[in-house]
Amino acid sequence: MPAPAHPTPPTGTTRLARREARLAYGLLAPTLISVALVVILPLLAIFWISVKPIGLADLRPTAPVVREQVRGEGDELRVEYRLRNSSQEDAILNVVLTDTLPDGVEVAGDLPADCEIDGAALTCRIDEMEGGYNERLIVPIRAADADAAEDAAEATEPVASGEADNILLNATFTFENFARIFDGDEFWGVFGVTLFYTVFGTVGALVVGLFAALLLNKSFRGQGVLRGLYLFPYVAPVIAVAFSWLILFDPFSGSANALLVQMGVTEQTINFFGDRPLALIMVTVFEIWRYFPLSFLFILARMQSIDSDMYEAADMDGASPFQQFWYLSLPQLLGILSVLFLLRFIWTFNKFDDIFLLTGGNAGTRTLTVNVYEQAFAVSNIGAGAAVAVVIFCCLLVFSFLFFRFISREEGL
Amino acid sequence: MSFLRHGLVTGPVLGALWMVILATTVAVAMSFATGEPFRPVIWLSLLWGAVLGLMAILRPAGPAGAWIGAAAILAGTLAGIGPMGIEAPVVPTAIAGAILGAAFARSMLAILGDCPPGALTRHEFEAAVIRFLTGFGYIFFTAIVLIPFYVMVMTSLKNQSELLQNPLDFSIDLSQGLGLFRSYVELIRDFNFGSYLWTSFYVSVLTVFITLAFSIPGAYAVARLRFRGQALMARSILLIYMVPMIVLALPIYIAFSMTGLRNTIFGIVMIYPVTTIPVALYMLQGYFRGLPHEVEEAGLMDGLSRLAVIWKITLPLSLPALASVSLYVFMIAWNEFLLAFMLLDDPSKFTLTRGIASLNSSEIPRQHLMAGAVIATVPIMALFLGLERFMTKGLTAGSVKG
Repeated sequence: MPAPAHPTPPTGTTRLARREARLAYGLLAPTLISVALVVILPLLAIFWISVKPIGLADLRPTAPVVREQVRGEGDELRVEYRLRNSSQEDAILNVVLTDTLPDGVEVAGDLPADCEIDGAALTCRIDEMEGGYNERLIVPIRAADADAAEDAAEATEPVASGEADNILLNATFTFENFARIFDGDEFWGVFGVTLFYTVFGTVGALVVGLFAALLLNKSFRGQGVLRGLYLFPYVAPVIAVAFSWLILFDPFSGSANALLVQMGVTEQTINFFGDRPLALIMVTVFEIWRYFPLSFLFILARMQSIDSDMYEAADMDGASPFQQFWYLSLPQLLGILSVLFLLRFIWTFNKFDDIFLLTGGNAGTRTLTVNVYEQAFAVSNIGAGAAVAVVIFCCLLVFSFLFFRFISREEGL
Repeated sequence: MSFLRHGLVTGPVLGALWMVILATTVAVAMSFATGEPFRPVIWLSLLWGAVLGLMAILRPAGPAGAWIGAAAILAGTLAGIGPMGIEAPVVPTAIAGAILGAAFARSMLAILGDCPPGALTRHEFEAAVIRFLTGFGYIFFTAIVLIPFYVMVMTSLKNQSELLQNPLDFSIDLSQGLGLFRSYVELIRDFNFGSYLWTSFYVSVLTVFITLAFSIPGAYAVARLRFRGQALMARSILLIYMVPMIVLALPIYIAFSMTGLRNTIFGIVMIYPVTTIPVALYMLQGYFRGLPHEVEEAGLMDGLSRLAVIWKITLPLSLPALASVSLYVFMIAWNEFLLAFMLLDDPSKFTLTRGIASLNSSEIPRQHLMAGAVIATVPIMALFLGLERFMTKGLTAGSVKG
């Protein structure tokens, strides 16, 4: 007698599971595609650009530019095509200029060497336009009414096309961008400023947020109002609060300076955002001011979930308020504090707007992110800007690695 | 440290420090309100505070003591030997003295509580110190949050020459009536701010809708469906959330320049949602995970398809989460500055933040700049205060992003 067939659990994926997975991929597809287009592609692009010798001006592709004009009168009547190369250096190959002569206009005389006419269609071919090319092609014409001919001729736009080497796509590579940004003390200066800003900005926002949370961790009338109020700095548009700070701390007519002088703290007005190293301290203070609400909110949420029985027990045992904070609250908050620290560290490291608006990276406040903008747009060297961006990205990879080692333990967030 | 734990020491020390804090606060507040020169005199404050702190411990006059202390501060202030040095007319001086007196008398008793004039237990001492620090905290946080916004609003209502004359004088001349708001009128009439406001509004609303359309299905898939790479997906969402915008902005700028999308609202509406989708996805998947499985399974048993379950069961259950995500996304889009600044050059297409950036020049008086800042801040604040509960939830749900 054969052994009874044991029902076995299905191995591999069942049809139902496959259908579920297909649905999941379908639901995720739009997000994945858009993220790939706007995150992954640019990230690859930034690596590509960082090894290219490319400036801001190179973004406009090299192309032939043509302008048409009807000049002279009577026998001298002629159409002039002014043809030039938009680039001073790069050559354009196989340039073709086409235009349609209007009705009532005939060619009267010799065409330029490169041109030919078929009915009303004029075609000119130039094999190579070197950099800085700027020539006139003259087509003598005859017309009954010179003014009408002029209007008609200029109504049809001539078209010029050609093949030029596109610096973004060709195979010229260089390490000059990296050499340039790592050159000299500047890079380490920028790196040091970034670290100072990030470390003190993060720790400061956490500590200030912790104090604000301790303050509001009890119920009293007006607690909701104060909680809303303390979130203001974070909710308001950065551009509005940054400019308010600039006006408040203006060296000539700022209220803060007027107040300090009046209270006798200082004789001379202080240039808060213009002097080294004060400017760096001020942008860090701004960062703390703007982001303490966030840490405050998270810490408060965690505090309110701590069981109050524990504190009653501690009270019975005679623990003083400071001891309760140190031995009971703080260990409970350590998890959220470390997660907040890591996240805020990364986002402070990434911060661009605040410093850009407050000082524009001057007076010793240039961080790596501001340096991307400076190199790419102020110095007009896109390649060097991209190289800085690559450096930032590599730093972030390291941070995220650390982050994931922690967050897997602190799944609470 | 233990000698501090005696009522006759704790009282005067806390009193002296508290008086310095209050005198400074009242002086700053009165300066900002009236423009008159108020300032705290540190050594007089310490002296006044120490004496009154001692009185608050000993309480020689019984319950009327608080009134006597307050009256003494007022009299001292008027006589010119109070905790504040003032060269102002008598009315503001009297007001400042009265405020300081009342505030000090009331709060000092509260801080010291029932501390006896003898040795204090550790508990009593620390409780008093904590009450002192709490009071300081309220003043400190309220001041640092309010002052920049106060300066912003008041500057927008004044004019440049008044401000240069006395940067502390924020008193406004109410007799001008509606003329007070001329910076706002000029901004909307001459600087096209009405259209910027509208652009910002519809760009933000579109961003919210596009973000939700992409992130709801994605979040549901990550939270509920089983498929290979689920854990990886959940993590990469966070990872994307960490790529700095400035790194992406450069290639986006190049791509937009080459395709002619720069200077178009279409380009902006295309790019904003991508910055918000990871945030929304992260917040929503956290919420979906917390919903009970059973309700959805019941729907499946009754013959609904997955998509119908999402539409008829999951979404109605997650309306609060959708509201907070929408608010948060709206806030990000409304406040966005970097991309608008890099991608928009044409003044007819500016968003509000880009419009304010264009006001930052030496030729444009600063009350216009501040009026622009107020115009950008007020709608988001109104929305925020009106829907504070949602907003707070939205912020804690998954966003530590700045």
